[in-house]
Amino acid sequence: MDMQVKKKLGLKEKYALMTRNLGWEPSYEKREDVYPLLDYEGIKIHDWDKWEDPFRLTMDSYWKYQAEKERKLYAIIDAFNQNNGHLNVTDARYINAMKIFLSAVPSLEYNAHRGFARLGRHMGGVGPQVACQMQAIDEIRHCQTQIHSISNYNRFYNGIHDWKYMNDRLWYLSVPKSFFEDACSCGPFEFIIAIGFSFEYVLTNLVFVPFVSGAAYNGDMGTMTFGFSAQSDEARHMTLGLEVIKFMLEQDPANLPIVQKWIDKWTWRGVRLLTIVAMMMDYMLPKRVMSWKEAWEIYFEQNGMSLFKDLARYGIKVPDCVEQIKKEKDHLSHQAWTTFYAAAPMTNFHTWIPSDDELDWLSSKYPDTFDKYYRPRFEFFREQAEKGERFVNPNLPQLCQVCQIPMLFTEPDDPTQIAYRQVEHAGEKYHFCSDHCQHIFEHEPEKYVEAWLPVHQILQGNCFAKGDDPTAPDFNPIASVMKWWHLENGKDNGDFAGSEDEKNFAQWRGMATSNT
Amino acid sequence: MQIDLRTVSIKPLRNTFDHLVRRFGDKPASRYQEGSYDIQADANLQYRPTWDPEHELHDPGRTAIVMADWYAFKDPRQYYYGAYTLARARQQESAESSFEFVESRGLLAQMDEATRALALAVLMPLRHAAWGANMNNTGMCADGYGTLITQPCMYHAMDNLGVAQYLTRLGLLLGDVTTLDAGREAWLNDVRWQPLRRLVEKTLVTQDWFELFVAQNFVLDGLLYPLIYEQFVDKHLNAHGGAGVSMLTAFMGEWHGETRRWIDSVIKIAAAESDANKALLTEWTRQWRGAAVEALSPIAQQALGDTAADVLATVDQSFNDRAAKLGLTL
Amino acid sequence: MSNVFIALQTNEESRHIVEALLEDNPTAVVDEQPAMVKINVPGSLVLRRTTVEEKMGRPFDLQEMQVNLITLSGHVDEDEDEFRLSWND
Ligand SMILES: [Fe+2]
Ligand SMILES: [Fe+2]
Repeated sequence: MDMQVKKKLGLKEKYALMTRNLGWEPSYEKREDVYPLLDYEGIKIHDWDKWEDPFRLTMDSYWKYQAEKERKLYAIIDAFNQNNGHLNVTDARYINAMKIFLSAVPSLEYNAHRGFARLGRHMGGVGPQVACQMQAIDEIRHCQTQIHSISNYNRFYNGIHDWKYMNDRLWYLSVPKSFFEDACSCGPFEFIIAIGFSFEYVLTNLVFVPFVSGAAYNGDMGTMTFGFSAQSDEARHMTLGLEVIKFMLEQDPANLPIVQKWIDKWTWRGVRLLTIVAMMMDYMLPKRVMSWKEAWEIYFEQNGMSLFKDLARYGIKVPDCVEQIKKEKDHLSHQAWTTFYAAAPMTNFHTWIPSDDELDWLSSKYPDTFDKYYRPRFEFFREQAEKGERFVNPNLPQLCQVCQIPMLFTEPDDPTQIAYRQVEHAGEKYHFCSDHCQHIFEHEPEKYVEAWLPVHQILQGNCFAKGDDPTAPDFNPIASVMKWWHLENGKDNGDFAGSEDEKNFAQWRGMATSNT
Repeated sequence: MQIDLRTVSIKPLRNTFDHLVRRFGDKPASRYQEGSYDIQADANLQYRPTWDPEHELHDPGRTAIVMADWYAFKDPRQYYYGAYTLARARQQESAESSFEFVESRGLLAQMDEATRALALAVLMPLRHAAWGANMNNTGMCADGYGTLITQPCMYHAMDNLGVAQYLTRLGLLLGDVTTLDAGREAWLNDVRWQPLRRLVEKTLVTQDWFELFVAQNFVLDGLLYPLIYEQFVDKHLNAHGGAGVSMLTAFMGEWHGETRRWIDSVIKIAAAESDANKALLTEWTRQWRGAAVEALSPIAQQALGDTAADVLATVDQSFNDRAAKLGLTL
Repeated sequence: MSNVFIALQTNEESRHIVEALLEDNPTAVVDEQPAMVKINVPGSLVLRRTTVEEKMGRPFDLQEMQVNLITLSGHVDEDEDEFRLSWND
């Protein structure tokens, strides 16, 4: 910006001229026709001009800084790929974490992109519109940089060859898919509380900071770079999420109960979604930076709670579910990993029994629970495997109608008892993993009866490969479903030990060490 | 253990993702392809959107245009985020040096007062028109179907905002905050600007996103950019000592030329798909073109005086030629 | 009092930013993690443009921090000269 203007106008004034000054009140068309989505959720906004811009990036600076980030990122990805950087990761088991990442996360980013585009169009003031638009374009960046970074793993390892197709079908991927489709089907205000506040501010740090730092620790420079590079945009997004919530609460006291309900709902939805990240941190990083529980304490209990303390002046309360979340942090990752281990034939990544060192590490990080409840389970799995009777859960699991996670969570006060909740609605029975998922359902049953639950769909015969005849005498339903998922049995799924991935990695690494 | 991995030559198991193999055959894919094709969810969508319960979350039925494959709309520029941002960063750098150059050489001082006033009178209200374009393109990204077409709409929206911001800088350089106020006042109340504002407000309530694409990107900006930036700024102002202004709007001219290739390809592909599409596109183009020419004529009058009618007719004619080349018969 | 924090990628440029942060915020605590450095400060934090410029020996636009930033926590308030983070509790 030129010096003459700089002397006259401060950053804030200048930014206001570059954004909110561009808008106008329509007079040839009705305001409610131009902005038709602002009223139906019951949120009252009296003065959009009271909006405070969180970050003040004009397009020219945006292009400049983002291009610089992109240049750095792609230079590292290129170097990582050209130098066979994938052989530098600590251990090929690690790559399975990247398979989950690609299977689940770019689709979330993509829906965030489209969802924020909707808000960029439909928010009622230029300030929040521009902030949402920048987030919309950032989110497609995240989606694409993740695909581009992980693409090279697909060339050398199994499981993610058809990630996008699987994302719309494979059983466990309905968890992230339904989470974001749920948010995107909400009105603009709930969407931004769900994603901008609960998800971005309270939860994404857990994915992108300790986990990505862990990726770096395990030699994956490509992932480290896209992860941190994405999170730097996230810093802007979190600030937007916080600004929005303050704005809504300051505009009208009647907004408080609505906002509180959304925070309660989306904190719980988000925490359930992160179950899989808990497992990735505790079980899938061969070298560990910190346990899930430690990361949780830093980023949720300390940081998240500072946020709630800050918002207390508006009357916002810490969501009730936090009590249960506190109890679950000692259990979550272990319950998830044992579930996936037992479901190994049906997943697009490999599982394994932790080594003795790893079991000891888990004992030391989870002194109150691991030896008591989970180590015996792994010892049992190991005995079975050694006998040649690798443990597999023979049943299709019951899924929670809301979070769509199999019933794997235990009662908050009894870690030996799987939690089940059940509700009847319009003559049908619906099942839940927890009180909180049940309450979410009871509040909006019309929405959640529409859920596409993979297990139900399989049982109804909607997930068999084209051309397979379920009435044929030799029909194998599981094989047919796998074919429909595009899951290559014997390559994509099952144990890491003995897998093609394990063999190839060892062989390629061997070539490297003997060549030099 | 330090190992030299560069020396290892290993054969990959596969070239790229299966969904790209199904489209393009078994060969390595470009970053544009990996980042764009099929990445919008298109099966087993959950929950009806509360803001549009008639449709699914992503639904091709939000426009009357029908395509067998919505991934037919390959962007000739092959912009994914990285390619797009790098291209704009380069343009931004050259715009930056133009602003510096114009200032340091005092190029604007060569303009007489009347020319300066005319430049501002015509350009300042267009900040608001660019904001309307931004909202529309953002909406197309939200409502559209298939990443190949929604993605460039989002980039286009950010470009529209960039144009509004370059115009703002220009206003602050040639004038001050009151200059922007005057432009705003004209946009809101000056009779010459009301037809255009009415038209822009009508686009803001247009429901069919593909029609909106035709109205905003193809027709309105297809007439406005040549009229304002080629005819008025580059020719008329330039001839009256306004070369400085034309340096400051170089981004707009270059951008229009670049994005036109994409817009043309969208119209051409949709029209070639079916006679029904072609009929719809023709009808939309005809209606919006009529309205846009009418809305632009008082502005042309203000900008170009006596020659306005002729210039506008030329702009209109070359727009019609462009439409004809794309398969529309107006 | 809650902590605000800012985390940056570990590299040459952010080394200067971290030095500036430590100078501008005497109560800051540095937490080094693989590939990143996190600065925690009780209550509020400030980064001054002039301090960074002094460390880097060149002009610095506070928005340049975007390039090396990983995450932050607290309310943001920035102008040409200062970047501030704070909690109101
Ligand atoms: Fe993101
Ligand atoms: Fe649940």
